[in-house]
Amino acid sequence: MLWGSNARETHPIFFHHVLRGLRNGARLYAVDPRRTTSAQWAHAWLGLQVGSDIALANAIGREIIAAGLANETFIARATAGFDEYRRCVDRYTLDYAQRETGVPAETIRELAHAYARADRAMICWTLGVTEHHNAVDTVLAIIDLALLTGHVGRYGSGLNPLRGQNNVQGGGDMGALPDRLPGFQHVEDDAARAKFERAWGVRIPPKRGWHLTGMFEAMERGDLTALYVIGENPAQSEADAGRAVRLLGGLGHLVVQDIFLTPTAELAHVVLPAAASWCECEGTVTSSERRVQRVRKALEPPGEARDDITIIRDLARRFGHNWGSPSAEDVWNELRSLSPIHAGMSYRRLEALGGLQWPCHDETHPGEQFLHGRLWEEPLRGPRTPFHAVLHEPPVDPVDDEFPIRLTTGRQLDSFNTGVQSGLYRSPLRHGETLQISPDDGRRYGALDGERVRVRSRRGAVEVSVHYEGTLRPGLAFMTLHFPDEVATNLLTIDAADPRSGTAEFKATAIRIEKIATSTDGAEG
Amino acid sequence: MSVGPAAAPTGLVELTIDGQTVQVPEGSALLQACRARGVATPTVCYAENLTPVNVCRVCVVEVEGSRALVPACSRPVERGMVVHTDSERVRHSRRMVLELLASATDLSLAPEVEEHLRRYGGRPERFGPAAPPTPGADHRHTQAGHHRPTDGSTAATVTQPTLIDNELYVRDYSRCVLCYKCVEACGVDAQNTFAIAVAGRGFEARISTEFGLPLPDSACVYCGNCIGVCPTGALMFRSEHEMRRNGTWDETRQQRTDTICPYCGVGCTLTLHVQDGRIVKVSSPPEHDVAGGHLCIKGRFGWEFVQVLEDPAPASDR
Repeated sequence: MLWGSNARETHPIFFHHVLRGLRNGARLYAVDPRRTTSAQWAHAWLGLQVGSDIALANAIGREIIAAGLANETFIARATAGFDEYRRCVDRYTLDYAQRETGVPAETIRELAHAYARADRAMICWTLGVTEHHNAVDTVLAIIDLALLTGHVGRYGSGLNPLRGQNNVQGGGDMGALPDRLPGFQHVEDDAARAKFERAWGVRIPPKRGWHLTGMFEAMERGDLTALYVIGENPAQSEADAGRAVRLLGGLGHLVVQDIFLTPTAELAHVVLPAAASWCECEGTVTSSERRVQRVRKALEPPGEARDDITIIRDLARRFGHNWGSPSAEDVWNELRSLSPIHAGMSYRRLEALGGLQWPCHDETHPGEQFLHGRLWEEPLRGPRTPFHAVLHEPPVDPVDDEFPIRLTTGRQLDSFNTGVQSGLYRSPLRHGETLQISPDDGRRYGALDGERVRVRSRRGAVEVSVHYEGTLRPGLAFMTLHFPDEVATNLLTIDAADPRSGTAEFKATAIRIEKIATSTDGAEG
Repeated sequence: MSVGPAAAPTGLVELTIDGQTVQVPEGSALLQACRARGVATPTVCYAENLTPVNVCRVCVVEVEGSRALVPACSRPVERGMVVHTDSERVRHSRRMVLELLASATDLSLAPEVEEHLRRYGGRPERFGPAAPPTPGADHRHTQAGHHRPTDGSTAATVTQPTLIDNELYVRDYSRCVLCYKCVEACGVDAQNTFAIAVAGRGFEARISTEFGLPLPDSACVYCGNCIGVCPTGALMFRSEHEMRRNGTWDETRQQRTDTICPYCGVGCTLTLHVQDGRIVKVSSPPEHDVAGGHLCIKGRFGWEFVQVLEDPAPASDR
């Protein structure tokens, strides 16, 4: 099941494996408001309304229970909270879900039965699930389905958020999270913190920090006045970009460390030119499968650019700490000494094996292909894993008569995020930003294919050309974030964010299409 | 790499190759058995990350009891098989196939094929000098490779203009031996885009997009996996093509460095080919099990951002 993921374009090589599976007889279900190039390979496409994912998940759960297909043995031995979950989903009938999601009841039923009856089944998702104001609830609703059927903790089954960059997983693993030290050790765990304090010889603040959205809120309040940004372009990538630029511009001190003078860097008081981590530095990254792999230096960084370790080491020196001149491997070995799940991953093994998947506790450990196998151990090792009863809530930005079209955003095959990297190669597939709408909507709102229009949301407006896209349903529009210098899509998006993950609702904006007044001065064009 | 579920135990099959016994797992092809035995077996259309299509016939071997020579790349081993890989019949067949390829095709960027040719004493020149190309022969007119029968004093060739219709790669079908690898990589073995197939028959057979359209008008998504598997340089990075034309391509000055693609979380290994401090092309090791040697457009071509663009490529290319 691909849920809110267009892996065919965003994770193309992962999708090669999916296609091999399909040729071996696997079934694919695509849950996505758009009939994407991934959905075109699916046995069934569940084209739900943007943001109705929980209604769909709960209806699938209800149907699995009602049809007697729940894995009662697994539920009894390894989970908690099933009764509350069952009560919660009871009102999510197939008919209700059809009304709320727009997906035919029969298709929801088919998916529920196919998922529950499969010997092995996997749910993969990406930002289509997580860029919503209730993202964490949506993920929990999806996890509930795996608990209901026992499709977790076994080879070939599981839950798989597909990471969008080569080291999203590694960033979290290394403690680039508000509440974690490296190896997911909690910063509020006194014993874990004491271990790091002994190794580092410093006091670590005993409470969690802010996530990205929290930082912007703190800037708004005036609680956060200095910011050090490494390899991120929030002036263009944040939802409600106008607000992001205003807050970044109002900081007392902004340091940006990047390989380019991005629009964020242009706002900075100090810019630290950095090297590209994947080809101008040594180190490791960690893939979606928790596989740690080596990145290697192939090029000298240009000009005065330096690798991140050197920059941070020199900053520390200015702060009065002499860290010597550690290599990437030295830094990694320190990490291994503090993070038990990485302890067995020496550079030598990473080189020899082409990578290792954590947890890998010692140098004889082969790494783990999947997690949560404990849920099947006899007797159960560790705590029962809980169901979460969660309720459907529509997106924050409502579609109404004034803003009648639902805009959702995403990536396209040949481009990447704000285009800082992908904008510089000459892709024959690239045709710049467009507002993709169904031909029906084009006729309805009087917007011709190719016509330049103004797109307005409750927060801002941009001018962009219309592109008729036959795979979109009426009422649904699509734009990317790839060309912010041409069309700043994030002037439209809403910064309403999930309070727990801090991720903004990039996927659900209400818009309208406005004609651009034609020139009346009679000038020849 | 970490372990999967216990694989079903596979039996071993014993057979005889060139008078020596060898044991290989059931289901292996003769090619694997030959390699296990240390027998160097030439191939052109075979690749470890593609399904064998048995078209080049360069790997043929003699199996006792079989009327025809069999392609080692795809013939499964059987218990008690007696195989000869270096009989006169095998050598003759391999030599003839290689000579025919070499007489019709520009193999100057296919050193492995040229090496096979030398090994078997091939003399493609015995078919006479190359026939002049047919005027106007061009994929765009679906006439590629079309030549009138010669009078026997010259060798028909597939010489035709190089196709340059996009910024990422060029197609020089004068070098194409029709090994089908690009078709397989574009199709079920990897990309499943099906932008290209073999069109035409006999000597007019050629790799073509639908209706011979230029790539930008075709279904191509520019993953470049066809380049990755091409054994003869018929498919080439635009960057490599330009450098070769300018006489600056020099593999002796190139370093190859393996790293991980930055563009998503899958973790595909990129081999960066760097000459004089610049990336000049990207490949991917076929033995790595994440990507299996295949990449997407961003991984294969999306690296320009780490180097200053040189002057844009000229719009036309003679």
